Amino acid sequence: MQSSIDTAYKFGFSEPEIYVYKARKGLNRGVVESISGIKKEPVWMKKFRLESLKTFQKTKLPTWGADLSKINFDNIYYYLKPIEKEEASWEKLPQSIKRTYAKLGIPKTEQKLLAGVKAQYDSEVVYGSIMSDLKNKGVVFLSMDEGLKRYPDLVRKYFGKLIRPADNKFAALNSAVWSGGSLIYVPKGVKIELPLQTYFRINAKHLGQFERTLIIADEGSFVHYLEGCTSPIYSTESLHAGVVEIYVGKKARVRYTTIQNWSNNVYNLVTKRARVEERGVMEWVDGNLGSGVTMKYPSIILDGCGAHGEILSLSIAAGHQILDCGGKAMHRAAETTSRIISKSVSLKGGRTSFRGLVSIAKGSSNSKTKVTCNSLILDEHSSARTYPTMEIAEKEVVAEHEATVSKLNEEELFFLRSRGIGKLEAETLMVNGFIEPIVKELPFEYAVELNSLLKYEMEKAIG
Amino acid sequence: MLKIRKLDICIQDKKIVSNINLNVNLGEIHALMGPNGSGKTSFALGLMGHPNYRVTRGSIFLDNKNILSLTPEKRAKLGLFVSYQTPPAFDGVSLGRYLFEAKKGLAGKKNIDIENFYSKLAMEIENLKLPESFLERPLNSEASGGERKKTEILSLINLKPKYVILDEIDTGLDIDALKLVAKEIKKVSKTCGVIIITHYQRILKYVSPDFVHIMKKGRIVATGDYNLTDTVERRGYAVFN
Repeated sequence: MQSSIDTAYKFGFSEPEIYVYKARKGLNRGVVESISGIKKEPVWMKKFRLESLKTFQKTKLPTWGADLSKINFDNIYYYLKPIEKEEASWEKLPQSIKRTYAKLGIPKTEQKLLAGVKAQYDSEVVYGSIMSDLKNKGVVFLSMDEGLKRYPDLVRKYFGKLIRPADNKFAALNSAVWSGGSLIYVPKGVKIELPLQTYFRINAKHLGQFERTLIIADEGSFVHYLEGCTSPIYSTESLHAGVVEIYVGKKARVRYTTIQNWSNNVYNLVTKRARVEERGVMEWVDGNLGSGVTMKYPSIILDGCGAHGEILSLSIAAGHQILDCGGKAMHRAAETTSRIISKSVSLKGGRTSFRGLVSIAKGSSNSKTKVTCNSLILDEHSSARTYPTMEIAEKEVVAEHEATVSKLNEEELFFLRSRGIGKLEAETLMVNGFIEPIVKELPFEYAVELNSLLKYEMEKAIG
Repeated sequence: MLKIRKLDICIQDKKIVSNINLNVNLGEIHALMGPNGSGKTSFALGLMGHPNYRVTRGSIFLDNKNILSLTPEKRAKLGLFVSYQTPPAFDGVSLGRYLFEAKKGLAGKKNIDIENFYSKLAMEIENLKLPESFLERPLNSEASGGERKKTEILSLINLKPKYVILDEIDTGLDIDALKLVAKEIKKVSKTCGVIIITHYQRILKYVSPDFVHIMKKGRIVATGDYNLTDTVERRGYAVFN
C-alpha cells in the first residue's frame, strides 16, 4: 500500500498525540489483560477477550479479496486512551481534540441535524450527547464501554452473538481488543426522527481502532444511525477493524449509514451484520470513498416472516485504493425480501470488487431478492470485478440478478459536450448520474461533500 | 453565416458525405431531404464535431470562424446546435440539471442568474405542453419518442443557439405536437439559421423552408424551393440523380 500527500483529501491533518494510557506496540495476552483491566470489566468480558485472542492467533488471513499479507500486526498500537473520561461538552475537551472535531464540522452538524452524537478519538469515545427527550423515552445511546458498565445484562445477552469471534480473523481481533463504539437501545414503538451519529477519528500513528457497536431496536421502533470516519495521512499503515451487530425487532426499522473516508494509509476491515425479525426492515447504506484497502460486506439475516433487507453500496476507488465491498442477504423465513444495489467507480488505477451473496433457505417460500451491481471504469489503469453468488434451496422464490461493467458512454458524452458542457464537467455529471441512486439516500451534507470530492478527483485525473 | 465548403465526412475510412457546399444565413430555413442512408445524419454529426464522423476535406465557417479544429463544446459556444434523432437517456441526470450545466458551459465565466433561469425554463416547458415535473425527471429516461423530441426543442429554445440542425425532429410526434414544434421552429428561425433534416413534407408544410436540398449518396444532388418537396412526395427520390 502506498500513500501520498493527496490534497483532494481534506481530512488528512493530524494533531500532536495525547494520551493518558498507551499500550505497548504489538499484541499479546498482557495487552489484552491491561485493556480489560483499565476498563474495569466484568470477568466474563475479560475471558471473552482472551478466548478471542486465541482465536485470532490461530485464524489465518482470508485467502480471497485484497492482499492483507503486508499488515504487520506487531507494529500496531492496539489501545490508546486519549483522555480520562467522556465529556458532555466540547469545551471540556483538550484543545487538539476540540480543534479536530471543529475542523470536521461535527459540533455544527450536531446542532442542526442530529439527535445524538458520539465522537471517538483513537481508542475511546471522548464526547457524547443525546437529546433529552430521547433519554426520557428510554433511548440508550452510550459508548460501548459505558454501556457494558450500565447495562451488563443487555450487553451480555447480545454481544458477540451475531458475529462470533471465530467469524473471521478481524472479528476475532476486534473481540480481543475492542474499545469504544456504541450501544444503542431503542424501546418499543419509539421512532427517533433525527439520526444518531458516531464520528470516528484516528489521530495517532500506527494505531489500530477497534470499535464495537451494538444496536437493539425493539418492536415497532426506528433509528437511523450514521457513522463517519476520517484520519490523518501518514506514510505508515493504520488499521481499523470494527464490528457492528444489529438486532431489528418485529416491525422495527434500522437504517445504518456509513461514510467511510479514511485516509489512504488505512486498512479498513469491518464485519457488520443485522438480524431482522418479523416484518422488520434493515437498511445498510454503505459509502466507501477512503482507505487504502477495504473489505466489508454488510450482512442481513432475515429471520422473521415478511422481513426486508436492503444494502446500498457505493465505492469510489482512485489511485492505489482497493475497495472490496458488497453485501450478504440470508433469507431464513417466508415472504422475506431483499435488495442489494452496488455502484462502484474506479479511476486512476483504483480497483473495486463487488461480492454479493444471497442465500434462500428451504422454507423461505414466496421470498424475493434482487441484486444489481453496476461498475464504472473511467480509464484503462483501473479495474472492477464482480463476484455474485446465489444459493437458493427453496422453489417458490423470485431471484433477480443484474451486473454491468461499463465505461463512460461516448454518445452520452458527445451529447453533453455538444450542448456546451466541457469534457470534464460532462464526465463529472455522468459519474454523478451513475452514483445518484445511492447518493440520494445519503444525508444532504454528505452528498454535497461526496460530489465535491469526486469533482476534485476527476479534475486531477483528467486535468 | 454558416458557410460549408467542399465538405467530405468519413466514418473510419469510408466516405459518407462528399463535397457539400452550403450557405445558411440567419433567418433562413433550409430543408435537407433524402433517402435513408444518404448521409444526412453524418453531415449533422460531422458539423457538430462527433469524433467518429471525421471531416477529411473542406471547411466549416461559423460567422467567418473556421470551427474544424474545435471541440463540440466550443462549437456549441459559438452558437452551433444539433438536435438528435435519438438523443441518449441519462438515468441519474435530470433535465433541469443538464440544462443548467449546459447554460453554465455556454456562459463561460459569466454568472447565471439561477432564479431567472428556472422561471424562464418553467415558462418554456409550459409552452411545449410538457409537465413541469419533467425538469426533475432523468433526462430522456422513460420518455416517449415524442417527449424526447420535445425535450430537444426545449434545449433549443433555452440554449439559444445561432445555427441549428434538426435531425428528424418530426418523427415520433403526433399531429398536435408536430404543429407545436413547427411553430417553435418558426419562431426560433427569425433569429437563427436552421437546417431541418427530414424524410417527409409534413413538417415542412408548417415551417415553409426557404430552400430545399436533396441529398443522395452523400452529395447534394438538387436544390430548390418548397416546390421541390412536392416532387419528392409524388415521385420519391429516384428522380434525383
